[in-house]
Amino acid sequence: MDAILLQILNGLDKGGAYALIALGLTLVFGTLGVVNFAHGALFMLGAFCAVTVQKILTISMKVKDESITFFDAYKEQPYLEIWFGDFGTAIIDWSVPISILLAMPIMLLIGLAMERGLIRHFYKRSHAEQILVTFGLAIVLQEIVKSFFGANPIPSPAPGIVSGSAPIGVLLGLGESVVYPWWRMIYLLFSGAVIFAVFAFLQFTTFGMVVRAGMHDRETVGLLGIDVEHRFTIVFGIAAVVAGLAGVMYAPILPPDYHMGMDFLVLSFVVVVVGGMGSLGGAVAAGFLLGILQSFASMNEVKAIIPGIDQIIIYLVAVIIILVRPRGLMGRKGVMED
Amino acid sequence: MSEDKSKISELSRRGFIKVGATAVTAASMPMFFVKDAWAAKDFRNNPGNAGSVKFGFNVPQTGAYADEGADELRAYKLAVKHINGEGDGGMLNTMKPLSLKGNGILGKKVEYVTGDTQTKSDAARASAKRMIEKDGVVMITGGSSSGVAVAVQGLCQEMGVIFMAGLTHSNDTTGKDKRRYGFRHFFNAYMSGAALGPVLQKEMGTERKAYHLTADYTWGWTQEESIKNTTEALGWQTTAAVRTPVGAGDFSQYITPVLNSGADVLILNHYGKDMINSLTQAVQFGLRDKQVNGKNFEIIVPLFSRLMAQGAGDNIKGILGTTNWHWSLQDEGSKAFVKSFGQEYGFPPSQAAQTTYVQALLYANAVESAGSFYPPEVIKQLEGFKFDGAGNGPTEYRADDHQCFKDVLVVRGNEAPSSQFDILKVEQIVPRSQVEYDAKIFGGELGPYEV
Repeated sequence: MDAILLQILNGLDKGGAYALIALGLTLVFGTLGVVNFAHGALFMLGAFCAVTVQKILTISMKVKDESITFFDAYKEQPYLEIWFGDFGTAIIDWSVPISILLAMPIMLLIGLAMERGLIRHFYKRSHAEQILVTFGLAIVLQEIVKSFFGANPIPSPAPGIVSGSAPIGVLLGLGESVVYPWWRMIYLLFSGAVIFAVFAFLQFTTFGMVVRAGMHDRETVGLLGIDVEHRFTIVFGIAAVVAGLAGVMYAPILPPDYHMGMDFLVLSFVVVVVGGMGSLGGAVAAGFLLGILQSFASMNEVKAIIPGIDQIIIYLVAVIIILVRPRGLMGRKGVMED
Repeated sequence: MSEDKSKISELSRRGFIKVGATAVTAASMPMFFVKDAWAAKDFRNNPGNAGSVKFGFNVPQTGAYADEGADELRAYKLAVKHINGEGDGGMLNTMKPLSLKGNGILGKKVEYVTGDTQTKSDAARASAKRMIEKDGVVMITGGSSSGVAVAVQGLCQEMGVIFMAGLTHSNDTTGKDKRRYGFRHFFNAYMSGAALGPVLQKEMGTERKAYHLTADYTWGWTQEESIKNTTEALGWQTTAAVRTPVGAGDFSQYITPVLNSGADVLILNHYGKDMINSLTQAVQFGLRDKQVNGKNFEIIVPLFSRLMAQGAGDNIKGILGTTNWHWSLQDEGSKAFVKSFGQEYGFPPSQAAQTTYVQALLYANAVESAGSFYPPEVIKQLEGFKFDGAGNGPTEYRADDHQCFKDVLVVRGNEAPSSQFDILKVEQIVPRSQVEYDAKIFGGELGPYEV
């Protein structure tokens, strides 16, 4: 029972990340008709916002270790700690949540620049060309990050107060051994809140209504005198912010490295396809579904029956769903069927 | 008296003529009667009378191990400098015995080309093949993965070009997949287990239950086997050994079963990014704060790399493991290398840099000793070669499996680092005698000298 509970939590947590990335992918695809392979790079850039904020907050005074003569070895003490003592330490400790504030405007700007500067020139080109150019863009972004931060993952810890585990077993009467990291629970709530916010925005605002209408019939909305393209550019920016926030909050779980976006991108595309191209609800549902399935497939009891199932489960489920429902779980007719 | 003198004089003249005739005959004999005989025999990428030779540095320049690959490349460039007589000479001043004279190899200047393994077997083979066929390299070296090492080693055997492996820790590299043309200076999983055993017994006792998470490829499998053999010999039980996909990223689904397994030790047979992620997440799940079976829960990372361990941040503190070499060693060879490397690049070399630097020197020295680039002769020089002054104490390239035997370091994540490079603390230098084993236990065939 407790093992199942923990694997459900793991699945929801992983699914939260998949869903956030897939949501942005679907938004961009549904509005602009672009298959954006650079979307994973936006997730990675979000995580590196956290790294950058941490690096800025920990700019340090360097005290040289005189016992080392062949190269410069030094012990660092952040200026914030020197100037503000415990308050400075607390600011550094909270660098990941603080970086959310920075990530939102930066990711919005990156998204807008990406759409206006490159992707809009490919709206009328084939999907294959769109994939090639966005994939190329992803590689360029990765290499830029690598040149600044190196290839190794960079530790970005959660605030000390939530870096340990919550005794959920004690709360639920399942025993002391059932624990779950606080930060992962925060991530789960956070992803739920962001998904809710995006849906609410699309559902309850005039802007969202126009976007939804444009997703269904861009031409008619345009004929009504509404500048759909302008709104879709903003949607691209919002998708970039969602991916970026997913990345920032994931940094304490997975120390960021330049390639992390690509690792998530492939899975997120599977999520989009399983959910149904162009379906926002499908992307979210498939994200959580595949996350949970992946967690259960990794249980020793399951692996004992089908060895290696944890490595193929997502693709296996994708194949079965596409065979049974070619448009995915909640796919719309006519999307990518030309 | 005068008669005697003339007799002696006559004999000397005859003697001189005989010696002269013999010398002229010998000089006109076919080349294979003299030391550099094989220079005349044709073989792949024979440098012949060229004024230079090329090495092929096949390292990960992209992918997860790119930083480690970059450090290997730095070490190789330094080795080339030293072989060619530039810079301060580094380990050329400490390594014994040494035939190199600081004027290249057999008077030829060493040059190099580089390739990108991408830490993928097929890409690594393609890049090695390109360097052999198009660039004409006499030797391939480098890499940061056992999968890559085994793949490239096989190719080099087929093509008759010597492969001096980089960072590869799987027992298979010099075990079941060993090759006549492949040589490994780096230590292996068996040695990690043998070195760790007594330390684990001392610190954690003989009644422990271990849970393994293992990277699902050749290196992970052999490390799991070696560590299991060691811990079970101590009396520990193995609760479970779970294979995890390489590059899994999120290991939570593999870590949560540990919580209720009854295990009190988690052994992470992971390297690089996998190690950083699994260790970070295991700590987040509170494993290091747990008490199981009345004991503190412990995590062990059998293969440590200082370069990669930085990614795990504070989570590495207090964790035990092994490493091939560390820049803080105080033997003359290590000090000379750290000095050269530190002055050249401004930071200390990694264990990957040390093993690749030494490999380049060892190959060059073997050619110099053989007096020829002909691979079978070079191989014979390397097989059984005993040397010192390259870090890790007296070392031997065992002829039976081309594995170097030397001291191994047991290290621990430093609780109070004095600088940004002071991440690992050397707990113990385990003598070579403690990590030696019979070459037969891992099977495999070296294959022929002539290909």
